Amino acid sequence: MTEMNMIQALNSAIDDRLANDENVVVFGEDVGFFGGVFRVTDGLQKKYGAHRVFDAPLAEGGFAAMAFGMGINGLRPVMEIQFADYIFPAYDQIVNEMAKVRHRSGGEFTCPVTVRTPAGGGIRGGHHHSQSPEAQFTHTPGLKVVYCSTPRNAKGLLTSAIECNDPVIFFEPKRCYRGPFYGDPHNVPTWKGHPDADVPDGHYTIPLEEANLVLEGDDCTVIAWGTMVHVCQQAIENSGVSCDLIDLQTLVPWDRDAVVNSAKKTGRIVVVHEAPKTSGFGGEMVASIQERCFYHLEAPIERVTGWDTPFPHTTEWDYMPSPERITEAIRRTQEV
Amino acid sequence: MAEERELETSAPYAVGKPPARPDQEPGFAAWPWSPTDLTRPDPTSCKAEDTDSHAHGLVRVLDDDDLAKGEWDPSLDDDTLLEGLGWMMRLRIFDERMMKMQRTGKLSFYMRSFGEECIAIAQTMALETQDWIFPTYRQPGAQFVRGRSMVSMINHCIGNIEDNVKGRQMPVHYTWKEGRFISVSSPVGTQFSQAVGVAMASAYKGLDEATITWIGDGASAEGDYHYAVNFASTFKPPVILCVVNNQWAISTHANLATGGRNFAARGLAYDIPCLRVDGNDFLALYSATKWARERISAGLGPTHMEIYTYRAGAHSSSDDPSAYRHGDEFQCWPGGDPIERLKNHCIKKGIWSEDKHNKLAELLDEEVMAAYKEAVKFGDLANGPYPPASTIFTEVYEEVPWHIQEQREELGK
Repeated sequence: MTEMNMIQALNSAIDDRLANDENVVVFGEDVGFFGGVFRVTDGLQKKYGAHRVFDAPLAEGGFAAMAFGMGINGLRPVMEIQFADYIFPAYDQIVNEMAKVRHRSGGEFTCPVTVRTPAGGGIRGGHHHSQSPEAQFTHTPGLKVVYCSTPRNAKGLLTSAIECNDPVIFFEPKRCYRGPFYGDPHNVPTWKGHPDADVPDGHYTIPLEEANLVLEGDDCTVIAWGTMVHVCQQAIENSGVSCDLIDLQTLVPWDRDAVVNSAKKTGRIVVVHEAPKTSGFGGEMVASIQERCFYHLEAPIERVTGWDTPFPHTTEWDYMPSPERITEAIRRTQEV
Repeated sequence: MAEERELETSAPYAVGKPPARPDQEPGFAAWPWSPTDLTRPDPTSCKAEDTDSHAHGLVRVLDDDDLAKGEWDPSLDDDTLLEGLGWMMRLRIFDERMMKMQRTGKLSFYMRSFGEECIAIAQTMALETQDWIFPTYRQPGAQFVRGRSMVSMINHCIGNIEDNVKGRQMPVHYTWKEGRFISVSSPVGTQFSQAVGVAMASAYKGLDEATITWIGDGASAEGDYHYAVNFASTFKPPVILCVVNNQWAISTHANLATGGRNFAARGLAYDIPCLRVDGNDFLALYSATKWARERISAGLGPTHMEIYTYRAGAHSSSDDPSAYRHGDEFQCWPGGDPIERLKNHCIKKGIWSEDKHNKLAELLDEEVMAAYKEAVKFGDLANGPYPPASTIFTEVYEEVPWHIQEQREELGK
């Protein structure tokens, strides 16, 4: 075990895979000599060489295509999209190509690519450095979609993503790179001393189908991923309600048993995400829970999400779900 | 240079137009290029700037009398010439038969290589067997060269129980890993930039493997084309990038797709050697591809080619070109017909005859018919059997996840 922030944990996962799988190659904008704008690949080019960790020209669609080609020809590319907002030039390559090639080729070609990308708000990034576009990928069969939230699960999930023989879209909550975020922008803790900052050394995996039960309670189930896991933790504490807090971790395929068992136990559900409400993955959670747990429900299922607007710059704290909004939602589920 | 780009006169900005519409007399200016125009630079020392004249001229071997001339003559032996001719004839006959099958409801859709048979066949013959083929839908002929059976190809086109892609793709969207023929994708252009990645993986593994890929003149407007050329320029992987300029992208003539009149020379600015090749000249294409392959064997990386040709047929079975171009236009193409040209060359060499040609055509027709009859034993479009419905749910992921398993159970098949 070593105490790490999320950046170090991600670096540790990639380091382990580079060391132990010669087919792993790492590329993206600024990831080589510089080590990435968020420093996730820091030192890896020096350690493994410029043929394994290198800068790609600034064309997300181009290096996604390159990753596809490498993937079907036996390599295991780990590519970085510098901000999730910039993933869209690569959308066709991800959605029509990576996601489909196993199926369309009758299993003759497969594409084990990991697309890492910092996502989410809270860094004063405006609408093009803050979006959380997970739902644009959960709607695509053939992709696995992962959203880490702590140093520990960042390492375990990223290692699993790289080892996965299917393409994985791996979202990293950039607000939590250097510390958890509890919803107060003036409170900037580091990961130091946080239990999930203790990260196993060497090879460490978390299956891409398991949620993490962060808090255990009796009266409400709160489901979240990414930065919102920590905001929800604060909201639950503020609410005084005994809650299960489920960090979904992997959105496709999501952990059916964890969600259903908790929903049946509490009968009161709040789903939280940063992304806009309409067609957000929260809608999938709500629909699935009512399909599977309708007769156990004691209150309408609540959704607390970003607004159906572009992500703002100076007013982002009114955009992102706050502990107050989540606390209110938890309380509403208790009033029925 | 090619002909001047023709423009609509009434528009306030440049709107291209094709040389002729259906009600206009078709015709093309005579080619100024001859097989003796261009030298064949040493592929192992050639730099991009040494190919300026090759990018702006036209690499030809067969002259207007179908005699082989000039430095680019690959001096192929008789067997290789006749092999190439045989594959091209087979592809045309195969396409004609499949088109009839489509017209009689036995295939859902079809795309012919008519007029472009030479391209994949000559180029695949010039490559090594370990080289990767990353085609569009108009290079199925590569599979003949690599030994895929017609029965297997027809099984795919029908989408029957023996279709190796399990009825998941439209006809002509072949996949055949055994022959290193990578899966055809409908979104045009995607393979061009992907091929760079395939080639980079070969280089990474230290293997002597080339990757060849093609894109149409129309699709070369896609970002994928430009990504590919820039990435190939940046990383210098062992890739052969071919723009098939067949003049037409469905109804969009090349004059409407770009302000440039030369696709080959685009590569010069990226410091990639460029060749513009007569796409209906088997010997020129073979030779140009061999040249590019020699560069790869010497560790020099990519070559960019324009293959100058004419789409003689409709875009697909769903297209009616008489609505946008003159039906006889392809007969005016100065590059002629690739099969006729190689046939005439072989006859003039004394290794072939009209009689032999006609007999081979009959034999091939029988072979194609026999293959079709064999294929429908595994299911035809009207009656099946088709791949089981369970194939909808498999191979989406390596393992079937719970939510897809539940949906399969809901379908109950």
